[in-house]
Amino acid sequence: MNAWEKLALAREATRPTSLFFINSIFDDFLEFHGDRNFRDDPAIIGGIATLNGRPVTIIAEEKGNSLKEKSVRNFGAPHPEGYRKALRLMQQAEKFNRPIICFVDTQGAYCGIGAEERGQGEAIAKNLEEMMTLKVPIISVVLAEGGSGGALAIAVANKVMMLENSIYSILSPEGFASILWKDSSRAEEAAGVMKITAQDLAELKIIDEIIPEPDGGAQADPETVAKSVKNAIADSLVELCRVSPTKLADMRYNRFRGF
Amino acid sequence: MDLKEIIKRRREKFGDDLKAIKGKKKGLPTPEIPSDLFLVCPKCKKSIYKKDVREAHGVCPSCGHLYRLSAVARVKYIADEDTWEAFDFKIARNNPLDFPNYEDKLQQNAEKSGMHEAVLCGRAKIDGTKCILCVMDSHFMMGSMGYYVGEALTRSIEKATKEKLPIVIFTCSGGARMQEGMVSLMQMAKVSGAISKHAAAGLLYVTVLTDPTTGGVTASFASLGDIILAEKGALIGFAGRRVIEQTMRQKLPADFQTAEFLLEKGFVDMIVDRSNIKKVIGKILEMHG
Repeated sequence: MNAWEKLALAREATRPTSLFFINSIFDDFLEFHGDRNFRDDPAIIGGIATLNGRPVTIIAEEKGNSLKEKSVRNFGAPHPEGYRKALRLMQQAEKFNRPIICFVDTQGAYCGIGAEERGQGEAIAKNLEEMMTLKVPIISVVLAEGGSGGALAIAVANKVMMLENSIYSILSPEGFASILWKDSSRAEEAAGVMKITAQDLAELKIIDEIIPEPDGGAQADPETVAKSVKNAIADSLVELCRVSPTKLADMRYNRFRGF
Repeated sequence: MDLKEIIKRRREKFGDDLKAIKGKKKGLPTPEIPSDLFLVCPKCKKSIYKKDVREAHGVCPSCGHLYRLSAVARVKYIADEDTWEAFDFKIARNNPLDFPNYEDKLQQNAEKSGMHEAVLCGRAKIDGTKCILCVMDSHFMMGSMGYYVGEALTRSIEKATKEKLPIVIFTCSGGARMQEGMVSLMQMAKVSGAISKHAAAGLLYVTVLTDPTTGGVTASFASLGDIILAEKGALIGFAGRRVIEQTMRQKLPADFQTAEFLLEKGFVDMIVDRSNIKKVIGKILEMHG
Protein backbone atom coordinates (compact mmCIF):
# COMPACT_ATOMS: atom_id res chain seq x y z
CA MET A 1 0.00 0.00 0.00
CA ASN A 2 1.25 3.47 -0.78
CA ALA A 3 0.99 6.49 1.54
CA TRP A 4 -2.26 7.70 0.01
CA GLU A 5 -3.96 4.31 0.43
CA LYS A 6 -2.74 4.10 4.01
CA LEU A 7 -4.08 7.57 4.68
CA ALA A 8 -7.50 6.51 3.38
CA LEU A 9 -7.40 3.50 5.70
CA ALA A 10 -6.32 5.66 8.63
CA ARG A 11 -9.22 8.03 8.01
CA GLU A 12 -11.89 5.33 7.62
CA ALA A 13 -14.82 5.97 9.94
CA THR A 14 -14.81 2.39 11.25
CA ARG A 15 -11.23 2.54 12.49
CA PRO A 16 -11.08 2.12 16.30
CA THR A 17 -10.26 5.33 18.15
CA SER A 18 -8.43 6.04 21.42
CA LEU A 19 -11.32 5.20 23.75
CA PHE A 20 -11.57 1.71 22.30
CA PHE A 21 -7.87 1.12 22.91
CA ILE A 22 -8.01 2.59 26.42
CA ASN A 23 -10.91 0.33 27.37
CA SER A 24 -9.36 -2.78 25.79
CA ILE A 25 -5.83 -2.35 27.11
CA PHE A 26 -6.13 -0.91 30.61
CA ASP A 27 -8.07 -1.73 33.79
CA ASP A 28 -9.86 0.65 36.13
CA PHE A 29 -9.64 3.67 33.87
CA LEU A 30 -10.64 6.87 35.67
CA GLU A 31 -11.04 9.90 33.45
CA PHE A 32 -9.93 13.26 34.84
CA HIS A 33 -11.08 16.52 33.38
CA GLY A 34 -10.05 20.11 32.92
CA ASP A 35 -6.98 22.31 32.72
CA ARG A 36 -7.85 24.09 36.03
CA ASN A 37 -7.89 27.34 34.15
CA PHE A 38 -10.44 27.62 31.37
CA ARG A 39 -12.44 24.46 30.66
CA ASP A 40 -12.31 20.77 29.85
CA ASP A 41 -11.38 19.94 26.26
CA PRO A 42 -13.16 16.75 25.13
CA ALA A 43 -10.73 16.37 22.19
CA ILE A 44 -8.12 15.15 24.69
CA ILE A 45 -8.90 12.43 27.20
CA GLY A 46 -6.78 12.14 30.31
CA GLY A 47 -6.78 10.01 33.39
CA ILE A 48 -5.25 7.12 35.28
CA ALA A 49 -5.58 3.35 34.91
CA THR A 50 -3.59 0.21 35.50
CA LEU A 51 -1.70 -1.86 32.98
CA ASN A 52 -0.98 -5.39 34.20
CA GLY A 53 -1.42 -4.03 37.72
CA ARG A 54 0.87 -1.02 37.32
CA PRO A 55 -0.69 2.46 37.59
CA VAL A 56 -0.15 4.66 34.52
CA THR A 57 -1.33 8.05 33.31
CA ILE A 58 -3.14 8.11 29.99
CA ILE A 59 -3.33 11.04 27.57
CA ALA A 60 -5.25 10.50 24.34
CA GLU A 61 -6.56 12.52 21.44
CA GLU A 62 -10.06 11.29 20.65
CA LYS A 63 -11.90 11.99 17.40
CA GLY A 64 -15.19 10.41 18.45
CA ASN A 65 -17.31 7.85 16.64
CA SER A 66 -20.92 8.96 16.19
CA LEU A 67 -21.50 12.28 14.48
CA LYS A 68 -22.73 13.73 17.75
CA GLU A 69 -19.62 12.56 19.60
CA LYS A 70 -17.35 13.81 16.82
CA SER A 71 -18.90 17.22 17.15
CA VAL A 72 -18.49 17.26 20.95
CA ARG A 73 -14.87 16.15 20.55
CA ASN A 74 -14.25 18.66 17.77
CA PHE A 75 -13.15 15.77 15.51
CA GLY A 76 -10.09 15.27 17.68
CA ALA A 77 -8.69 18.76 17.08
CA PRO A 78 -7.61 20.01 20.52
CA HIS A 79 -7.75 23.56 21.81
CA PRO A 80 -4.96 25.02 23.99
CA GLU A 81 -6.79 23.94 27.16
CA GLY A 82 -6.59 20.34 25.93
CA TYR A 83 -2.80 20.53 25.76
CA ARG A 84 -2.73 22.26 29.14
CA LYS A 85 -4.87 19.50 30.67
CA ALA A 86 -2.45 16.98 29.17
CA LEU A 87 0.51 18.80 30.69
CA ARG A 88 -1.19 19.06 34.08
CA LEU A 89 -1.80 15.32 34.15
CA MET A 90 1.69 14.51 32.90
CA GLN A 91 3.23 16.62 35.66
CA GLN A 92 0.96 14.85 38.12
CA ALA A 93 2.23 11.53 36.74
CA GLU A 94 5.80 12.65 37.40
CA LYS A 95 4.91 13.60 40.97
CA PHE A 96 3.56 10.11 41.64
CA ASN A 97 6.17 8.33 39.53
CA ARG A 98 3.65 6.93 37.04
CA PRO A 99 4.62 6.15 33.45
CA ILE A 100 2.73 8.13 30.79
CA ILE A 101 1.05 6.52 27.78
CA CYS A 102 -0.11 8.85 24.99
CA PHE A 103 -2.37 7.97 22.07
CA VAL A 104 -2.01 10.32 19.12
CA ASP A 105 -4.97 10.69 16.79
CA THR A 106 -5.53 14.14 15.37
CA GLN A 107 -5.41 15.91 12.05
CA GLY A 108 -3.86 18.77 13.97
CA ALA A 109 -4.37 21.31 16.73
CA TYR A 110 -7.55 23.30 16.10
CA CYS A 111 -7.22 26.35 13.88
CA GLY A 112 -9.80 28.78 15.20
CA ILE A 113 -10.33 32.16 16.80
CA GLY A 114 -10.64 30.91 20.39
CA ALA A 115 -7.63 28.66 19.96
CA GLU A 116 -5.51 31.63 18.86
CA GLU A 117 -6.89 33.90 21.58
CA ARG A 118 -5.97 31.37 24.23
CA GLY A 119 -2.49 30.74 22.84
CA GLN A 120 -2.46 27.55 20.79
CA GLY A 121 1.20 28.10 19.94
CA GLU A 122 2.19 28.72 23.54
CA ALA A 123 0.30 25.66 24.78
CA ILE A 124 2.05 23.35 22.31
CA ALA A 125 5.44 24.97 22.95
CA LYS A 126 5.09 24.51 26.70
CA ASN A 127 4.34 20.81 26.27
CA LEU A 128 7.42 20.32 24.10
CA GLU A 129 9.63 22.04 26.66
CA GLU A 130 8.15 20.38 29.75
CA MET A 131 7.80 16.87 28.32
CA MET A 132 11.51 16.97 27.61
CA THR A 133 12.25 17.22 31.35
CA LEU A 134 9.77 14.71 32.85
CA LYS A 135 11.45 12.02 34.93
CA VAL A 136 9.05 9.17 34.16
CA PRO A 137 8.79 6.92 31.08
CA ILE A 138 6.70 8.35 28.22
CA ILE A 139 5.41 6.15 25.40
CA SER A 140 3.44 7.64 22.49
CA VAL A 141 1.50 5.56 19.99
CA VAL A 142 0.15 7.05 16.75
CA LEU A 143 -3.16 5.27 16.09
CA ALA A 144 -4.42 6.79 12.85
CA GLU A 145 -3.40 10.34 12.01
CA GLY A 146 -0.63 12.30 13.69
CA GLY A 147 -0.95 15.83 12.39
CA SER A 148 1.79 18.37 12.93
CA GLY A 149 2.44 20.25 16.19
CA GLY A 150 -0.92 19.07 17.49
CA ALA A 151 0.43 15.52 17.48
CA LEU A 152 3.97 16.34 18.58
CA ALA A 153 2.58 18.12 21.67
CA ILE A 154 1.85 14.67 23.16
CA ALA A 155 4.60 12.76 21.38
CA VAL A 156 7.84 13.96 22.97
CA ALA A 157 8.32 10.44 24.26
CA ASN A 158 11.05 7.94 25.12
CA LYS A 159 9.48 5.61 22.61
CA VAL A 160 7.29 6.58 19.68
CA MET A 161 5.33 3.81 18.00
CA MET A 162 2.97 3.79 15.06
CA LEU A 163 0.26 1.42 13.95
CA GLU A 164 1.25 -0.07 10.61
CA ASN A 165 -1.24 1.94 8.56
CA SER A 166 -1.17 5.18 10.50
CA ILE A 167 0.50 8.32 9.26
CA TYR A 168 2.46 11.05 11.02
CA SER A 169 3.07 14.26 9.11
CA ILE A 170 4.10 17.88 9.31
CA LEU A 171 0.77 18.85 7.77
CA SER A 172 -2.06 17.04 6.02
CA PRO A 173 -1.13 16.21 2.41
CA GLU A 174 -3.98 18.53 1.37
CA GLY A 175 -2.44 21.40 3.32
CA PHE A 176 1.05 20.56 2.09
CA ALA A 177 -0.05 20.62 -1.56
CA SER A 178 -1.95 23.83 -0.97
CA ILE A 179 1.06 25.58 0.58
CA LEU A 180 3.79 24.34 -1.75
CA TRP A 181 1.92 23.95 -5.01
CA LYS A 182 -1.08 26.23 -4.35
CA ASP A 183 -3.28 23.29 -5.30
CA SER A 184 -4.85 21.07 -2.63
CA SER A 185 -6.11 18.65 -5.27
CA ARG A 186 -2.52 17.42 -5.62
CA ALA A 187 -2.79 15.84 -2.14
CA GLU A 188 -2.16 12.33 -3.42
CA GLU A 189 1.09 13.42 -5.05
CA ALA A 190 2.03 15.22 -1.81
CA ALA A 191 1.37 12.08 0.26
CA GLY A 192 3.79 10.31 -2.07
CA VAL A 193 6.72 12.65 -1.36
CA MET A 194 6.13 13.59 2.30
CA LYS A 195 7.40 10.35 3.94
CA ILE A 196 4.50 10.03 6.34
CA THR A 197 4.03 6.28 6.64
CA ALA A 198 5.21 4.24 9.61
CA GLN A 199 7.70 2.48 7.32
CA ASP A 200 9.18 5.75 5.99
CA LEU A 201 9.45 7.21 9.48
CA ALA A 202 11.02 4.07 10.95
CA GLU A 203 13.64 4.32 8.21
CA LEU A 204 14.30 7.97 9.13
CA LYS A 205 14.46 6.77 12.79
CA ILE A 206 11.79 9.32 13.70
CA ILE A 207 9.75 6.46 15.20
CA ASP A 208 11.02 3.40 17.05
CA GLU A 209 8.50 0.67 16.42
CA ILE A 210 5.73 -0.38 14.04
CA ILE A 211 2.76 -2.28 15.46
CA PRO A 212 1.32 -4.63 12.82
CA GLU A 213 -2.25 -4.48 11.56
CA PRO A 214 -4.18 -7.19 9.68
CA ASP A 215 -5.30 -6.85 6.04
CA GLY A 216 -7.97 -4.18 5.91
CA GLY A 217 -6.38 -2.32 8.81
CA ALA A 218 -7.04 -2.13 12.55
CA GLN A 219 -10.75 -1.82 11.76
CA ALA A 220 -10.76 -5.39 10.40
CA ASP A 221 -9.82 -6.86 13.78
CA PRO A 222 -9.68 -4.23 16.52
CA GLU A 223 -9.32 -6.72 19.41
CA THR A 224 -6.19 -8.34 17.99
CA VAL A 225 -4.63 -4.97 17.22
CA ALA A 226 -5.43 -3.76 20.76
CA LYS A 227 -3.62 -6.83 22.09
CA SER A 228 -0.58 -6.03 19.95
CA VAL A 229 -0.62 -2.43 21.19
CA LYS A 230 -0.89 -3.67 24.77
CA ASN A 231 2.06 -6.01 24.34
CA ALA A 232 4.19 -3.35 22.68
CA ILE A 233 3.48 -0.88 25.49
CA ALA A 234 3.99 -3.47 28.23
CA ASP A 235 7.31 -4.64 26.77
CA SER A 236 8.61 -1.07 26.46
CA LEU A 237 7.49 -0.27 30.00
CA VAL A 238 9.43 -3.20 31.44
CA GLU A 239 12.51 -1.87 29.71
CA LEU A 240 11.96 1.83 30.55
CA CYS A 241 11.00 1.27 34.18
CA ARG A 242 14.50 -0.09 34.81
CA VAL A 243 16.03 3.25 33.80
CA SER A 244 16.71 5.88 36.47
CA PRO A 245 14.48 9.01 36.47
CA THR A 246 17.27 11.40 35.40
CA LYS A 247 18.45 9.02 32.71
CA LEU A 248 14.90 8.81 31.32
CA ALA A 249 14.85 12.57 30.74
CA ASP A 250 18.36 12.45 29.24
CA MET A 251 17.39 9.58 26.95
CA ARG A 252 14.41 11.56 25.70
CA TYR A 253 16.49 14.68 25.19
CA ASN A 254 19.11 12.76 23.25
CA ARG A 255 16.46 11.02 21.17
CA PHE A 256 15.25 14.38 19.86
CA ARG A 257 18.68 16.02 19.91
CA GLY A 258 19.67 13.63 17.15
CA PHE A 259 17.13 15.00 14.62
CA MET B 1 25.25 60.49 -1.45
CA ASP B 2 22.81 62.90 0.15
CA LEU B 3 19.59 64.19 -1.32
CA LYS B 4 21.00 67.57 -2.44
CA GLU B 5 23.77 65.88 -4.33
CA ILE B 6 21.29 63.58 -6.06
CA ILE B 7 19.07 66.46 -7.11
CA LYS B 8 22.08 68.37 -8.39
CA ARG B 9 23.24 65.41 -10.44
CA ARG B 10 19.81 64.78 -11.86
CA ARG B 11 19.57 68.49 -12.81
CA GLU B 12 22.87 68.24 -14.61
CA LYS B 13 21.66 65.20 -16.48
CA PHE B 14 18.05 66.04 -17.25
CA GLY B 15 17.82 69.80 -16.57
CA ASP B 16 17.59 70.94 -20.16
CA ASP B 17 15.15 68.27 -21.17
CA LEU B 18 12.84 69.22 -18.36
CA LYS B 19 12.99 72.86 -19.40
CA ALA B 20 12.27 71.88 -22.96
CA ILE B 21 9.22 69.90 -21.91
CA LYS B 22 8.00 72.70 -19.67
CA GLY B 23 8.46 75.13 -22.53
CA LYS B 24 6.03 73.14 -24.61
CA LYS B 25 3.49 73.58 -21.81
CA LYS B 26 2.66 69.93 -21.74
CA GLY B 27 2.57 70.07 -17.97
CA LEU B 28 5.06 68.51 -15.67
CA PRO B 29 6.42 65.17 -16.72
CA THR B 30 5.62 62.24 -14.47
CA PRO B 31 8.52 62.17 -12.06
CA GLU B 32 10.63 59.13 -12.62
CA ILE B 33 11.44 57.60 -9.24
CA PRO B 34 14.82 55.94 -9.28
CA SER B 35 14.07 52.66 -7.53
CA ASP B 36 17.58 52.35 -6.21
CA LEU B 37 17.14 55.52 -4.16
CA PHE B 38 13.47 55.79 -3.33
CA LEU B 39 10.71 53.40 -2.43
CA VAL B 40 6.99 53.70 -2.07
CA CYS B 41 5.79 52.88 1.44
CA PRO B 42 3.21 50.07 1.19
CA LYS B 43 1.25 51.63 4.04
CA CYS B 44 1.17 55.41 3.54
CA LYS B 45 1.99 55.17 -0.22
CA LYS B 46 4.43 58.06 0.03
CA SER B 47 7.71 58.03 -1.83
CA ILE B 48 10.41 57.86 0.74
CA TYR B 49 14.13 58.12 0.55
CA LYS B 50 15.70 54.70 1.07
CA LYS B 51 18.57 56.09 3.07
CA ASP B 52 16.15 57.57 5.62
CA VAL B 53 14.48 54.19 6.02
CA ARG B 54 17.83 52.50 6.42
CA GLU B 55 19.00 54.97 9.01
CA ALA B 56 15.80 54.46 10.98
CA HIS B 57 16.45 50.68 10.91
CA GLY B 58 13.63 49.98 8.52
CA VAL B 59 10.99 52.36 9.85
CA CYS B 60 9.02 54.54 7.41
CA PRO B 61 9.87 58.15 8.38
CA SER B 62 6.44 59.24 7.24
CA CYS B 63 4.03 56.78 8.89
CA GLY B 64 6.13 54.52 11.13
CA HIS B 65 5.51 51.37 9.07
CA LEU B 66 8.06 48.68 9.91
CA TYR B 67 9.94 47.00 7.10
CA ARG B 68 11.18 43.47 7.59
CA LEU B 69 14.84 43.75 8.42
CA SER B 70 17.45 41.41 7.10
CA ALA B 71 19.29 39.50 9.80
CA VAL B 72 22.49 41.32 8.89
CA ALA B 73 20.88 44.74 9.32
CA ARG B 74 19.30 43.60 12.59
CA VAL B 75 22.57 42.34 14.02
CA LYS B 76 24.33 45.53 12.94
CA TYR B 77 21.77 47.56 14.83
CA ILE B 78 21.40 45.39 17.94
CA ALA B 79 24.97 44.28 18.63
CA ASP B 80 27.42 46.81 20.05
CA GLU B 81 29.99 47.91 17.51
CA ASP B 82 32.77 45.38 16.88
CA THR B 83 31.36 42.84 19.33
CA TRP B 84 29.55 40.51 16.89
CA GLU B 85 31.26 37.20 16.50
CA ALA B 86 29.30 34.94 14.17
CA PHE B 87 29.28 31.18 14.77
CA ASP B 88 30.37 29.07 11.86
CA PHE B 89 28.78 25.76 12.69
CA LYS B 90 29.47 24.12 9.33
CA ILE B 91 26.05 22.51 9.31
CA ALA B 92 25.30 20.73 6.06
CA ARG B 93 22.07 21.49 4.27
CA ASN B 94 20.05 18.35 3.70
CA ASN B 95 17.09 17.13 1.72
CA PRO B 96 15.53 14.32 3.77
CA LEU B 97 12.49 13.94 1.49
CA ASP B 98 14.59 14.19 -1.69
CA PHE B 99 12.15 16.95 -2.44
CA PRO B 100 12.33 17.92 -6.12
CA ASN B 101 14.40 21.06 -6.83
CA TYR B 102 14.87 21.80 -3.12
CA GLU B 103 18.64 22.23 -3.42
CA ASP B 104 18.16 24.69 -6.29
CA LYS B 105 15.61 26.58 -4.28
CA LEU B 106 18.02 26.86 -1.35
CA GLN B 107 20.72 28.11 -3.69
CA GLN B 108 18.41 30.72 -5.25
CA ASN B 109 17.39 31.92 -1.80
CA ALA B 110 21.00 32.13 -0.71
CA GLU B 111 21.85 34.26 -3.74
CA LYS B 112 18.79 36.46 -3.34
CA SER B 113 19.21 37.05 0.39
CA GLY B 114 22.97 36.86 0.82
CA MET B 115 22.33 34.45 3.70
CA HIS B 116 23.61 30.88 3.93
CA GLU B 117 20.35 29.84 5.59
CA ALA B 118 17.43 31.46 7.44
CA VAL B 119 19.19 32.32 10.70
CA LEU B 120 22.32 34.12 11.89
CA CYS B 121 23.82 33.08 15.23
CA GLY B 122 26.69 34.48 17.20
CA ARG B 123 28.11 36.07 20.30
CA ALA B 124 27.62 39.77 20.93
CA LYS B 125 27.34 42.49 23.50
CA ILE B 126 24.12 44.45 23.74
CA ASP B 127 24.61 47.76 25.53
CA GLY B 128 27.62 46.26 27.21
CA THR B 129 26.21 42.88 28.29
CA LYS B 130 27.53 39.71 26.69
CA CYS B 131 24.97 37.30 25.26
CA ILE B 132 24.28 34.81 22.49
CA LEU B 133 22.22 36.43 19.75
CA CYS B 134 20.24 34.60 17.04
CA VAL B 135 18.33 36.43 14.34
CA MET B 136 16.03 34.82 11.80
CA ASP B 137 15.64 36.26 8.31
CA SER B 138 12.37 36.16 6.36
CA HIS B 139 14.22 36.84 3.11
CA PHE B 140 15.49 33.25 3.11
CA MET B 141 12.56 30.91 2.40
CA MET B 142 10.31 32.98 4.66
CA GLY B 143 12.55 32.23 7.63
CA SER B 144 11.20 28.70 7.75
CA MET B 145 12.78 26.16 10.11
CA GLY B 146 14.23 22.96 8.73
CA TYR B 147 17.22 20.97 9.93
CA TYR B 148 19.75 23.76 9.44
CA VAL B 149 17.81 26.39 11.39
CA GLY B 150 16.87 23.96 14.16
CA GLU B 151 20.43 22.71 14.52
CA ALA B 152 21.99 26.20 14.46
CA LEU B 153 19.57 27.42 17.13
CA THR B 154 20.10 24.30 19.25
CA ARG B 155 23.89 24.62 19.12
CA SER B 156 23.63 28.32 19.98
CA ILE B 157 21.38 27.59 22.97
CA GLU B 158 23.73 24.81 24.09
CA LYS B 159 26.66 27.24 23.86
CA ALA B 160 24.70 29.74 25.96
CA THR B 161 24.03 27.05 28.57
CA LYS B 162 27.66 25.97 28.61
CA GLU B 163 29.04 29.50 28.78
CA LYS B 164 26.33 30.58 31.27
CA LEU B 165 25.16 33.35 28.98
CA PRO B 166 21.72 34.79 28.35
CA ILE B 167 20.28 34.20 24.89
CA VAL B 168 18.27 36.60 22.75
CA ILE B 169 16.39 35.27 19.73
CA PHE B 170 14.67 37.47 17.15
CA THR B 171 12.00 35.30 15.55
CA CYS B 172 10.80 35.91 12.02
CA SER B 173 9.41 32.84 10.34
CA GLY B 174 6.56 31.33 8.43
CA GLY B 175 6.98 28.19 10.58
CA ALA B 176 8.32 24.73 9.87
CA ARG B 177 9.96 24.14 6.49
CA MET B 178 7.52 22.02 4.50
CA GLN B 179 10.16 20.69 2.08
CA GLU B 180 11.87 18.77 4.92
CA GLY B 181 8.67 17.16 6.18
CA MET B 182 8.81 15.41 9.55
CA VAL B 183 12.46 16.36 10.04
CA SER B 184 11.28 19.96 10.32
CA LEU B 185 8.63 19.02 12.86
CA MET B 186 11.27 17.32 15.00
CA GLN B 187 13.25 20.58 15.13
CA MET B 188 10.46 22.07 17.24
CA ALA B 189 11.05 19.47 19.94
CA LYS B 190 14.83 19.67 19.62
CA VAL B 191 15.06 23.45 20.05
CA SER B 192 12.48 23.42 22.86
CA GLY B 193 14.53 20.73 24.60
CA ALA B 194 17.66 22.88 24.40
CA ILE B 195 15.67 25.77 25.89
CA SER B 196 14.55 23.54 28.78
CA LYS B 197 18.19 22.84 29.68
CA HIS B 198 19.10 26.53 29.42
CA ALA B 199 16.14 27.34 31.68
CA ALA B 200 17.10 24.63 34.18
CA ALA B 201 20.52 26.28 34.47
CA GLY B 202 18.77 29.44 35.67
CA LEU B 203 19.71 31.45 32.59
CA LEU B 204 17.77 34.19 30.86
CA TYR B 205 16.06 33.71 27.50
CA VAL B 206 14.53 36.71 25.73
CA THR B 207 12.51 36.38 22.54
CA VAL B 208 11.65 39.25 20.26
CA LEU B 209 8.75 38.36 18.00
CA THR B 210 8.95 40.22 14.70
CA ASP B 211 6.78 40.17 11.61
CA PRO B 212 5.87 37.39 10.87
CA THR B 213 6.18 34.75 13.60
CA THR B 214 3.84 31.84 12.88
CA GLY B 215 3.28 28.09 12.80
CA GLY B 216 5.88 25.76 14.22
CA VAL B 217 8.11 28.59 15.41
CA THR B 218 5.28 30.12 17.45
CA ALA B 219 4.46 26.61 18.70
CA SER B 220 8.01 26.12 19.98
CA PHE B 221 10.87 28.40 21.01
CA ALA B 222 9.22 31.74 20.12
CA SER B 223 6.67 31.23 22.91
CA LEU B 224 9.16 30.01 25.50
CA GLY B 225 11.06 33.17 26.41
CA ASP B 226 11.28 34.20 30.05
CA ILE B 227 10.53 37.59 28.62
CA ILE B 228 8.68 37.91 25.33
CA LEU B 229 8.93 41.21 23.46
CA ALA B 230 7.20 41.99 20.19
CA GLU B 231 7.51 44.58 17.47
CA LYS B 232 4.57 46.87 16.80
CA GLY B 233 2.01 45.42 14.41
CA ALA B 234 3.90 42.13 13.90
CA LEU B 235 1.83 39.18 12.72
CA ILE B 236 2.11 36.51 15.39
CA GLY B 237 0.04 33.35 15.50
CA PHE B 238 -0.16 29.60 15.20
CA ALA B 239 -2.51 28.95 12.29
CA GLY B 240 -2.63 30.99 9.11
CA ARG B 241 -5.37 33.57 8.76
CA ARG B 242 -6.78 31.94 5.61
CA VAL B 243 -6.97 28.54 7.30
CA ILE B 244 -8.84 29.99 10.28
CA GLU B 245 -11.27 31.88 8.02
CA GLN B 246 -11.96 28.66 6.17
CA THR B 247 -12.44 26.69 9.40
CA MET B 248 -14.65 29.27 11.07
CA ARG B 249 -16.38 30.45 7.89
CA GLN B 250 -16.15 34.05 9.02
CA LYS B 251 -13.96 37.07 8.40
CA LEU B 252 -11.43 37.85 11.08
CA PRO B 253 -11.02 41.30 12.62
CA ALA B 254 -8.13 43.35 11.21
CA ASP B 255 -6.09 43.29 14.42
CA PHE B 256 -6.36 39.49 14.79
CA GLN B 257 -2.96 37.86 15.47
CA THR B 258 -1.12 41.17 15.75
CA ALA B 259 1.40 41.90 18.49
CA GLU B 260 -1.23 44.17 20.07
CA PHE B 261 -3.80 41.34 20.05
CA LEU B 262 -1.32 39.01 21.76
CA LEU B 263 -0.46 41.65 24.34
CA GLU B 264 -4.15 42.03 25.16
CA LYS B 265 -4.61 38.26 25.42
CA GLY B 266 -1.61 37.96 27.72
CA PHE B 267 0.94 36.21 25.51
CA VAL B 268 3.47 39.02 25.11
CA ASP B 269 5.21 40.97 27.88
CA MET B 270 5.63 44.21 26.00
CA ILE B 271 5.53 45.82 22.60
CA VAL B 272 8.67 47.78 21.90
CA ASP B 273 9.38 50.43 19.27
CA ARG B 274 12.13 49.38 16.95
CA SER B 275 14.04 52.55 17.76
CA ASN B 276 14.00 51.57 21.42
CA ILE B 277 14.49 47.83 21.23
CA LYS B 278 18.24 47.73 21.73
CA LYS B 279 17.94 49.87 24.84
CA VAL B 280 15.14 47.71 26.29
CA ILE B 281 17.03 44.46 25.70
CA GLY B 282 20.17 46.06 27.11
CA LYS B 283 18.30 47.01 30.29
CA ILE B 284 16.78 43.54 30.64
CA LEU B 285 20.17 41.88 30.23
CA GLU B 286 21.76 44.30 32.68
CA MET B 287 19.12 43.61 35.33
CA HIS B 288 19.70 39.86 34.99
CA GLY B 289 23.49 40.17 34.94
